[in-house]
Amino acid sequence: MTEPSAQAANAPSLTGTSAYNHSEPITFIRQLRYAGVAMLLAFGLSMPLLALKLSQDISNHLIVEQRFLLLASAMLIAFACGLRWRLFGLRSQWPAEALYLVLSALLLFFLIRAFHGLGSLFEATLDKGGSEFLIALGLLACGTALQSALAYALHVERDRWAAALPAMPEGLAARFGGHCAKHANTGALVALVAFPFLMLALTGTAGAIKWVDNFGVQILIYIMLGWGLNIVVGLAGLLDLGYVAFYAVGAYAYALIATQVIPATFPALGVWAFWICLPIAGLLAALWGVILGFPVLRLKGDYLAIVTLAFGEIIRLVLVNWTEVTKGDTGIQTPRITFFGLPFASATGDRTFGEVFGLSGSPTIYRSIFLYFVILALALLTAYTTNRLRRLPVGRAWEALREDEIACRSLGIDTTSTKLTAFAIGAGFGGFAGAFFAARQGFINPKSFEFIESATILALVVLGGMGSLLGVALSAFAVIGGTELLRELDWLKSIFGPTFDPAQYRMLIFGAAMIAMMIWKPRGLISEREPSIFLKERKAVSGTLVKEGHG
Amino acid sequence: MEYFIQQTVNGITLGSIYGLIAIGYTMVYGIIGMVNFAHGDVFMMSSFIALIFYLVLTQILGITSVALALLIVLILGMLLTGLWNWMIERIAYRPLRGSFRLAPLISAIGMSIFLVNLMQVIQGPNNKSVAPLVTGFLTLGTAGGIVIPYKQILIVAVTGGLLALFWYLVQRTPLGRAQRACEQDIKMAALLGIDVDRTISITFIMGAALAAVAGLLYVIQYGSVNISDGFVPGVKAFTAAVLGGIGSLPGAVLGGLMIGLIEAMWGGYVSADYKDVAAFSILAVTLIFRPSGLLGRPEVEKV
Repeated sequence: MTEPSAQAANAPSLTGTSAYNHSEPITFIRQLRYAGVAMLLAFGLSMPLLALKLSQDISNHLIVEQRFLLLASAMLIAFACGLRWRLFGLRSQWPAEALYLVLSALLLFFLIRAFHGLGSLFEATLDKGGSEFLIALGLLACGTALQSALAYALHVERDRWAAALPAMPEGLAARFGGHCAKHANTGALVALVAFPFLMLALTGTAGAIKWVDNFGVQILIYIMLGWGLNIVVGLAGLLDLGYVAFYAVGAYAYALIATQVIPATFPALGVWAFWICLPIAGLLAALWGVILGFPVLRLKGDYLAIVTLAFGEIIRLVLVNWTEVTKGDTGIQTPRITFFGLPFASATGDRTFGEVFGLSGSPTIYRSIFLYFVILALALLTAYTTNRLRRLPVGRAWEALREDEIACRSLGIDTTSTKLTAFAIGAGFGGFAGAFFAARQGFINPKSFEFIESATILALVVLGGMGSLLGVALSAFAVIGGTELLRELDWLKSIFGPTFDPAQYRMLIFGAAMIAMMIWKPRGLISEREPSIFLKERKAVSGTLVKEGHG
Repeated sequence: MEYFIQQTVNGITLGSIYGLIAIGYTMVYGIIGMVNFAHGDVFMMSSFIALIFYLVLTQILGITSVALALLIVLILGMLLTGLWNWMIERIAYRPLRGSFRLAPLISAIGMSIFLVNLMQVIQGPNNKSVAPLVTGFLTLGTAGGIVIPYKQILIVAVTGGLLALFWYLVQRTPLGRAQRACEQDIKMAALLGIDVDRTISITFIMGAALAAVAGLLYVIQYGSVNISDGFVPGVKAFTAAVLGGIGSLPGAVLGGLMIGLIEAMWGGYVSADYKDVAAFSILAVTLIFRPSGLLGRPEVEKV
């Protein structure tokens, strides 16, 4: 019943299709009306929350801070956007367009004035948070103004572009694409292996620690987690909102075994702690995957998601409250990773990695590079296993289950064991990543395993394209790397103020991106499905041809 | 004995708040079959709206009568929270009708993340606490007997009154009839001339309005708001909806009261640390062993 309207909403808006009745002609008055409605909406939505801020005065009483300039800007922006509401169709009336440009310019002018502190009026009404937000709004206005100019240019130049595009030799693009695809894996692998040494050569020791540890290791951990969750969500179609629980199980398995069990039983094995615990952590997490997976097998879709969320929270709450074992929020100091038994730094005078290999300098850089290769190996193991499993009967069963559970059951697929293996294998990789995380940080507490972490990993999988390894890796690279990069950019701080933290905007953008993705591209960035079995030649299956997700 | 009665009163107070939020979950699930994951955050935003308006009325506009201020806050809060939820439905859920099954849930999770972080950006991450809005208490029996604060009486009374009004809306008006028709069979309802999109929008607005009441009552009870206050009450209210039988309105209220009582008793007699674990466990156990809840109809799978 709702199918046609959904299709209409998904159709490219360039043609001017929208849910609105578009038989009525667009006049300037009508555009003004849209803009007015948008402004009123913006007023209603932002009236208490944006315009009035709760804050404490000197004597710690709660007072309301007035930020009506912000409210005015939000309304102005809504008005400007409302004017452009139908503009994607390029059928705007020129007075509306002109008004829009004037408004954008006016807004920018106000913002710049507000920033340079020229008007004391603004200084009185703005605080730091307010000015950050204002700048973001100003950038938005600039963006739309730019888009407006671009749309105009394209409109004029469209015919010329349309004539030029098909003239490109068709075969050339295809051949170039095919050539790239053939060597992409090898190229990527070489680049990944060379990355830490390249950084060491380019930026010196201090710079390389930052690049390898903050960027390389951080991104690879999320890629591995994304690939692990991809088995459960992307392949088997089971929406798991508690994936971080398995990450926590792996991390705590390592922390507890390395600090409690090994010193009590075989203290000589202390230096080998990480290598002993890694498989144990993976197995324990997989076991928990089965334990938590078993009762929820009968549930579908939303219910499954909510129960996994509940399990994830239960595990976190136990970690917080079971202080005798986990030390609660105080956390546990974990032993650092060793180079197969050789410590990188030693307080007790043991031979270190640097001494054995005759390398001088800070041990941190060697440890960072080693950590990088360990997580790279773990991530590649995950990718390799996933690709192999997809070709096995169980992998095929996962994807069949994702597409249609009832058909699966009718065909005699054992849905219980199929779902359980997906849960267990996905959880196992989460456990590996957890043990690695604990060994890298040297300290863990339950704060690292909150629901938002699960949501982040899920967002990576959803944004990248459920089921696509490349998509998940790309989205992890863009999102995690992008935030780390933003943190490094000092000029951003000079604009947005010293308290600027891109992390909070990251999650804001994340949430919006998840919604936008579901509306416009529900299968994610990379939605092509490469068939795992084929007769004579591979035929790419377009994402649009495959129905998804009745799991 | 006094302690037991005290905990019961606490449990009913807490349960009223959960029940009000749970209705939003259960109505939306009843009509379009999705878990509105962002509903807990809508509740959190409504508690901010309530506190802001209360401070504006008392500090800036200088209204001295607490009752009048609370009444104005209640009405404004219900309107604005309704507007927010209408907008949320319009942007994040309506374009997804007819998409694949998990799409609305993922979109709702995205909306939840978005709302929490939006609030963090515009209101700041720290806890906002205020002096008690409603003071005084009723003492039953002799001195040192059972003490019931007026705020708890107020919470239970407001909840009861609004539920009666709401019950009337759903059972006795054309609007409620349209909602119940959509709940039974959305396609058939559309064929019979019911504007389904409008009905769904109104359902979201009603759910948000009740969440706004819960938000105000939450401020009265705890005297503080925080951007992270949406998640746990949201999950508990969802648990209440599931426990009562999702899709059933009396079930949501009953489930809310039960969750409130269980939490108060668990916190009072067993262990305050693990009271959230108790609520989450009830959620898991109910969904696993009796997905239709106490008062719900079992879901029939159609091929």
